[in-house]
Amino acid sequence: MNHILLIDFGSTYTKITAVDIEKEIVLGTARGITTVETDIMNGLNQAIEALFLKTGKLKFSKVLGCSSAAGGLKMVAVGLVPELTAEAAKRAALGAGAKIMGVYGNELNEYEIEEIAQLQPEIILLAGGTNGGNKEVILHNARMLTTLGKDIPVIVAGNKSVAPQAVKILLEAMTEVVHTENVMPKLNELNIEPARETIRSVFLRRIVEAKGLNKANQFVDDVVMPTPAAVLKAAELLSKGTEYESGLGDLMVVDIGGATTDVYSIAKGDPTKTNVALRGLPEPFAKRTVEGDLGMRYSATALFKAAGAKRIADYANLSAEDVEAYVEKVEANIEYLPQNEVEEKVEIAMGKACTSLAVERHVGQLETIFTCFGSAFVQKGKDLSDVKTVVGTGGVIIHHEQPKEILKGAAYSESTPEMLKPECPKYLIDEEYIMASMGLLGEVYPDVAVRMMKKYIVRG
Amino acid sequence: MENNKVKVVLGVIGADCHAVGNKILNYAFTSAGFEVVNLGVLVPQEEFVNAAIETDAKAILVASLYGHGEIDCRGLRERCRESGLGDILLYVGGNLVVGKTDFAEVHSKFIEMGYDRVYEPGILPDQVVIDLKNDLGL
Ligand code: B12
Repeated sequence: MNHILLIDFGSTYTKITAVDIEKEIVLGTARGITTVETDIMNGLNQAIEALFLKTGKLKFSKVLGCSSAAGGLKMVAVGLVPELTAEAAKRAALGAGAKIMGVYGNELNEYEIEEIAQLQPEIILLAGGTNGGNKEVILHNARMLTTLGKDIPVIVAGNKSVAPQAVKILLEAMTEVVHTENVMPKLNELNIEPARETIRSVFLRRIVEAKGLNKANQFVDDVVMPTPAAVLKAAELLSKGTEYESGLGDLMVVDIGGATTDVYSIAKGDPTKTNVALRGLPEPFAKRTVEGDLGMRYSATALFKAAGAKRIADYANLSAEDVEAYVEKVEANIEYLPQNEVEEKVEIAMGKACTSLAVERHVGQLETIFTCFGSAFVQKGKDLSDVKTVVGTGGVIIHHEQPKEILKGAAYSESTPEMLKPECPKYLIDEEYIMASMGLLGEVYPDVAVRMMKKYIVRG
Repeated sequence: MENNKVKVVLGVIGADCHAVGNKILNYAFTSAGFEVVNLGVLVPQEEFVNAAIETDAKAILVASLYGHGEIDCRGLRERCRESGLGDILLYVGGNLVVGKTDFAEVHSKFIEMGYDRVYEPGILPDQVVIDLKNDLGL
């Protein structure tokens, strides 16, 4: 049997993709409403019925799922210096597909503990100190976390000299405390892979059950990861390929939603220009960032503030008043879709602004230092100017008639030369909306997943 | 194990990109048994402080070669106090001011700014190592 079913339990919809791994084709896709509150199987069955209407009845040899249902995997990251271990912990959590509820540096105080309790994270990642470095703060923070009054799984990924002590302290109040390698073993050395893996295994053991996703267990073999982790995995596969199937090389993925915009990059991001010194924390090869203030509906007003009326108006070639009027409309009614040419233009411009700003925050920046010998440059973050492929995924982009116009926001612009955005990328669209599914399929059949993505993710 | 070594933060401050002395000092302190957290060139004050906090370093060695030392180095002590590093050892050396100003004057100026030791351009790294071991009681 060559049929595999891949499920994405999303926040609103449960999306399913049936693939034939022998013929390497998508047999069909369908969706139902996500029903975590009652029984997750209701929405899934609805989707399967819809699928079978198109494909006829199918039998599956394997069923895999990913989930961003019930708010996604909610995490809090705790570190010492905000730009160092706290940032490293945040990146590990983002890479694991989490939704970051808060990032905390230095000694936690009582107010912050109260705040964390209210944020209701499902996993807390506790870092702090390089190996052999600061010991006091991570121990203090472990002690503070025991006063949360809540039993939340904690992953300890800090100074190895005191990690066992931190674990011991936390175990006084928490049932699940897992230790893994330090996210920053040495200053400015990023080591987020072990933490990512650990987050995933805690997700599997604990969160799947807590979210009621285990009700799908009789039908689904495994809900293996949070959806963004599946997309990241797919992006990595598409970029690197496998031993038998070549990849596309360095790439970026943009996923615009109603509330947030996610950007992924698979690239080293080393300087491409001469006379450049790298500064700051090293960047993960596979990097994910999420912008909570850039989105098309729930975040429309926030986007308007962040991008400014002028930027959106310029993109649309309209007046700022037109833009403002439309933003107010969609924020008030999130189901609203453009009804005329002007609104259509604003909609595209908003998408382009989401892409542009989210990519600007994702990529590195170049700062010029003037010396008597001419200028020298300092680069912080990834130089993605040589990235040749930008993939668009997610409902907003793939359901749009001109997805390429939206994605063009990802490209380098002369008005912001310090932003190291792709200079002349080509744009691909995940038309069938299969990226998350391919990330799942890649767990078992990586070659097939790469080939299918190359076939189905096409030029926009 | 390297983790038990005393850590020192080293870097060239400000917009200064003279890299050679930095490598020599890195080598000298590493050979003397310290773990050097080397930030390289073009280092803002903030990064010296952050590095020292995270690694629990016992001293910060600041270099300035290109003549703007006085401007770049001012305020680092205050920043250390502000960040909880308090009286961590601060050494500074290189070509701290432009041209051939009387060193005694330069010395007292930097001491006033809160540096524990201030070095002349011709200083041998070995002497700095001896001073640091003394100051740390090693
Ligand atoms: C090579 C060089 C450059 C190269 C640097 C290449 C590189 N990436 O390293 C280039 C050409 C880029 C350059 C540029 C400039 N340079 Co230049 N450069 C030199 C030169 C010739 C040698 C520096 C060197 O490597 N020395 C060898 C190392 C081993 O010695 P060191 O750096 O002094 O370090 C030792 C000690 O000072 C001490 N030390 C250093 N730091 C510290 C810190 C602590 C805590 C301690 C305890 C000790 C210590 O220990 C080190 C090891 O023994 C010097 C002149 C000279 N002979 O020193 C000028 C010199 C440093 N440069 C100078 C200047 C002015 C500049 C420029 C501003 C432009 C110009 N007019 O030349 C630019 C600045 C660029 C910038 N943004 O930083 C002046 C500085 C004047 C001043 N301070 O009064 C110097 C002194 C030349 C001069 N006499 O005019 N320079």
